[in-house]
Amino acid sequence: MTALAPEGTGAPGRARLAARTLRSDRWWLQPLITVSVLVAFIVYSTVRAFENANYFAEPYISPFYSPCITTACEGNTFPELFDGPAFLTPALYILIVPLGFRLTCYYYRKAYYRAFWLSPPACAVAEPHAKYTGETRFPLLFQNLHRYFFYAGLVFNVILTYDALLAFRNAEGEWFHMGLGTLVLLTNAVLLWLYSLSCHSCRHIVGGRLVHFSRHPVRYKAWTFVSKLNPKHMQYAWISLVFVAFTDLYVRLLATGAIDDPRFF
Amino acid sequence: MSYEANLRVWRGDADGGELQDFTVTVNEGEVVLDILHRLQATQTPDLAVRWNCKAGKCGSCSAEVNGRPRLMCLTRMGTFEPDESITITPLRAFPVVRDLVTDVSYNYDKAREMPPFVPPERDADGNHRMQQIDVERSQEFRKCIECFLCQDVCHVVRDHEDNKPAFAGPRYLMRLAELDMHPLDGVDRRRLAQDHFGLGMCNITKCCSEVCPEGIKITDNALIPMKERVVDRKYVPPTWLGNAIRRRRQ
Repeated sequence: MTALAPEGTGAPGRARLAARTLRSDRWWLQPLITVSVLVAFIVYSTVRAFENANYFAEPYISPFYSPCITTACEGNTFPELFDGPAFLTPALYILIVPLGFRLTCYYYRKAYYRAFWLSPPACAVAEPHAKYTGETRFPLLFQNLHRYFFYAGLVFNVILTYDALLAFRNAEGEWFHMGLGTLVLLTNAVLLWLYSLSCHSCRHIVGGRLVHFSRHPVRYKAWTFVSKLNPKHMQYAWISLVFVAFTDLYVRLLATGAIDDPRFF
Repeated sequence: MSYEANLRVWRGDADGGELQDFTVTVNEGEVVLDILHRLQATQTPDLAVRWNCKAGKCGSCSAEVNGRPRLMCLTRMGTFEPDESITITPLRAFPVVRDLVTDVSYNYDKAREMPPFVPPERDADGNHRMQQIDVERSQEFRKCIECFLCQDVCHVVRDHEDNKPAFAGPRYLMRLAELDMHPLDGVDRRRLAQDHFGLGMCNITKCCSEVCPEGIKITDNALIPMKERVVDRKYVPPTWLGNAIRRRRQ
């Protein structure tokens, strides 16, 4: 029990109840899980982004370092575009795109507004803030840039799919071979495509902005397809997040020699 | 099979009130509203509770059951354990009139502010024509029964009374989306949604969708598409730049 919030449910005229919430279920569990998984991912990805090693094991490259665009890169999966200062790892140049895409994603916004900012922590549970302006001001106004991160994310998806195709080679660079790592990179690329194509901005861009579907039958079909994926956006968001970290871990274990890649053919 | 349920019902008015404990008989298949009617009939004849259809279609019996906004006529007693104490309070986002009845006029004020549907001239035969696939998106939103559970649960006004003048709430932002998507509506409501009805205040935490008794995907199908339409209108860089220059000239 907490004191009445004068600005909220304790405002004059409303039913006088001191409880912040009368919910008797475990409403705190969902935000707790969200915080735990996201913090674990942030810690792991930050460590890996600064590690600057063990991200390439022929023919596999970690998605955290792809596209690898500097001359300092291991492997040869992408054109090396420039020299960078030694203290900046190749990952730091590119992670802004997936980070920005997920940070401005409509699903993740719900998740972290609830879990980190407690705004609100759960439905019908009072938030602790005295003032609320939502996404009307800087910096949250920038959430409206989501579609641009979506476009950039599509380019990354193409590159990561290309990485998965390159993984159909053996360590000598010969084609038509496959190992468990190929399957891991391929699954990672498929999950990232599912996450991107189920995006709310994607749904709007392919057809949602239209008023007359009947005049644009192809875009209507595209919108219908994305609308079928869209209700699973949350699931794709979590699965792809966990799997991208797993993919990186798999490549790291191969690169450090901790495990060997089982080869299928 | 019958059992005796423990009920905690908020009783009072705008000047104050408290949760009062009652023990009421529950029969198999009954809903919370049935139990309140039994309470009225046997112990508290002056208990104020608003209800009408008892079928989840009028939206009158909105209240909060164990802290969750719900229609009492759709909340089955079978979803609770027999020894569980069930707390029933009025909607906590609106001023209370008495007991479980609240003053929901905030919603009617917002409804009056909505610019009406503006259709084009009728065809020569006196009809309006539209394709089913053009109008079916909007039809989902027509299922709304105006129970105002989404308005009640939305933390923008529930936790911040001072936001009420600037924020229309999910029900009316959904109405804006409904009209904006309508093939025959002639008004551009995107700027209005952001600047006058507070769409930017929505942080899409989806509580409105969670409580909707009609199962309308308010956030995914109305609010987020409307936010994207506002981006088209206000935040695409050339549009944004043009607006900034226009404002400067004025």
